[in-house]
Amino acid sequence: MREGAADPGLYDFKAWRGRPKLAWPGGKTCAVWVAPNLEFYELDPPANPHRKSWPKPHPDVVGYSHRDHANRVSHWRMADVMSKHGFPGSVSLSVALCDHIPEVVEDANARGWEFFSHGIYNTRYSYGVDEAQERAIIEDSIRTVRDATGQTIRGWLAPALTHTPRTLDLIAEYGLDYTCDLYHDDQPTDVKVASGQLTAIPYSLEVNDHYGFFIYNMSPREYADTLIRQFERLATEGEESGTVMCIPLHSYLIGQPHRIGPFEEVLKHIAADGRAWIAKAGEIVDSFRGQTGDAL
Amino acid sequence: MSLDPAYLEYPKRGRGMDHDYYPYSRFDTRPPVQWRDGKQVAIWPVISLEWFPITPSDEPFRAPGHMQTAYPDYRHYTAREYGTRVGLYRLLDAFEAIGAKISVATNSAIADRYPEIIEAIVGAGHEIVAHSTDMNGTIASGLPEDEECALIVQSLDTLERVSGSRPRGWLSIARSQSFNTAKLLADAGVDYMCDWVNDELPYRFATAAGDIVNIPLNHELSDRQIINVQQQSADSYVHQMQNAYAWLAGEADTHGGRMLPMHLTPYIMGLPYRMDAFEGLLRWFADQPGTWFARGDAILDSWAAQQ
Repeated sequence: MREGAADPGLYDFKAWRGRPKLAWPGGKTCAVWVAPNLEFYELDPPANPHRKSWPKPHPDVVGYSHRDHANRVSHWRMADVMSKHGFPGSVSLSVALCDHIPEVVEDANARGWEFFSHGIYNTRYSYGVDEAQERAIIEDSIRTVRDATGQTIRGWLAPALTHTPRTLDLIAEYGLDYTCDLYHDDQPTDVKVASGQLTAIPYSLEVNDHYGFFIYNMSPREYADTLIRQFERLATEGEESGTVMCIPLHSYLIGQPHRIGPFEEVLKHIAADGRAWIAKAGEIVDSFRGQTGDAL
Repeated sequence: MSLDPAYLEYPKRGRGMDHDYYPYSRFDTRPPVQWRDGKQVAIWPVISLEWFPITPSDEPFRAPGHMQTAYPDYRHYTAREYGTRVGLYRLLDAFEAIGAKISVATNSAIADRYPEIIEAIVGAGHEIVAHSTDMNGTIASGLPEDEECALIVQSLDTLERVSGSRPRGWLSIARSQSFNTAKLLADAGVDYMCDWVNDELPYRFATAAGDIVNIPLNHELSDRQIINVQQQSADSYVHQMQNAYAWLAGEADTHGGRMLPMHLTPYIMGLPYRMDAFEGLLRWFADQPGTWFARGDAILDSWAAQQ
């Protein structure tokens, strides 16, 4: 990025109109990927001078225990529903979860899910780290996930969406293929990095369950309806040129008993529609690069 | 300038939780819990019965629902009292109509000020859960331990004196605890607390004063969260509770008994225009063959006998 510039120079502008056609395998029009956050939040993390970990004094009992619901209960509920309808996960992983609750990571791995890094903990932020520290976090992520799962991470979603101006250059230098931190498009885009190649895969804050439930205050039915409308639009537009729909999830939200039933209806709908290429993030990036090389 | 190197040290990064309160436990590998008569879902109604002094305290924090305008905030003081004078009785009548016994998390100031309410609750067979002293009795780290201890003991002693029995359960205001709270509760003889929301069954919680059980009271399904915070209708609340019930009953068929908390606030759910929808929900629950309406202490005893 151009540090300090008004436009950070992350990518070239490319209008939605008139692009070359992207085609997904099997003639599908919309690549759908599900991105569960598998996270570990610390009860009493050290302070980062730029951001508090918890809105309340430690222990933030509701904040912590709500998120702990994920690993004890709701991951299993959410993952079973995804598997039942044929959706693999591409996991934004707090890599320390491999150490704390290996059952959850092993379960996701056994289901054939793909892992990318979401930092060490979701209670440790990138703000203020120097280059050596940021390299240590990236190297820790690569090593920890490889040791726990045998997988080499290909992507990055910054912990709690905290970045430095170096993050994208560094992950590309370490050979990672995609970032989930840029929300400018419904198709993949190549990012301008100092070395290597980095693709921005469409992620979404707007249809993230956190935004649905806690920014837009949707009921479970309204959120399910939102996802179906998002899919319908993207699948139709994808007849012109293939689109990407990401469904970012937090099991402690979507796996609550009042929400998982309506969410299951969404997965049923998308699976039955016939226009979705249900894929993992790395597969979408590979297909995109196979069609465009460095062109986009 | 770089961040303090300690920020990249992780002394608690290892197997299990990053504290000693409870071990990790995944819900689908535990021995199944059986509720009485083979019921699938224990529905646990908890009414929060609160007295807000018109002189709010911000130490350690101002309670949710507390005064909001400059003094004297008649608007919120009296609107909360409406819940206590009127809304509470509507809720109690609704539960009586279906024969359900429930828990009422009660500020001890209610017992001091309105003993006839305690008599009505206890006389109907409901359970009193201790819920601090009044809505200035909030707890968080930084509250001196002796002050926190005094607050807990005063709440328990007052409720015991007025109700005739010592409460077995505790609910903190806004579920906010210090690192000392669980220990102080165990030391005061409390059998269970309701503050940690990480599960849908009870579990043991270790303290320096011995174990206490946490029975999670799902905060996302409270009327406050759905109606006040998320601004949804009573009808939407009803649909969400029905969805939750349906899902949990399905899980119970394969994984054992489940628990569905129903956390209610008299000045929120007890309003006239919401009551028909709420009573309809109670009748719907009562018609489901898998429903066991239960007090917190009954859930605790049933669960503990199977551990």
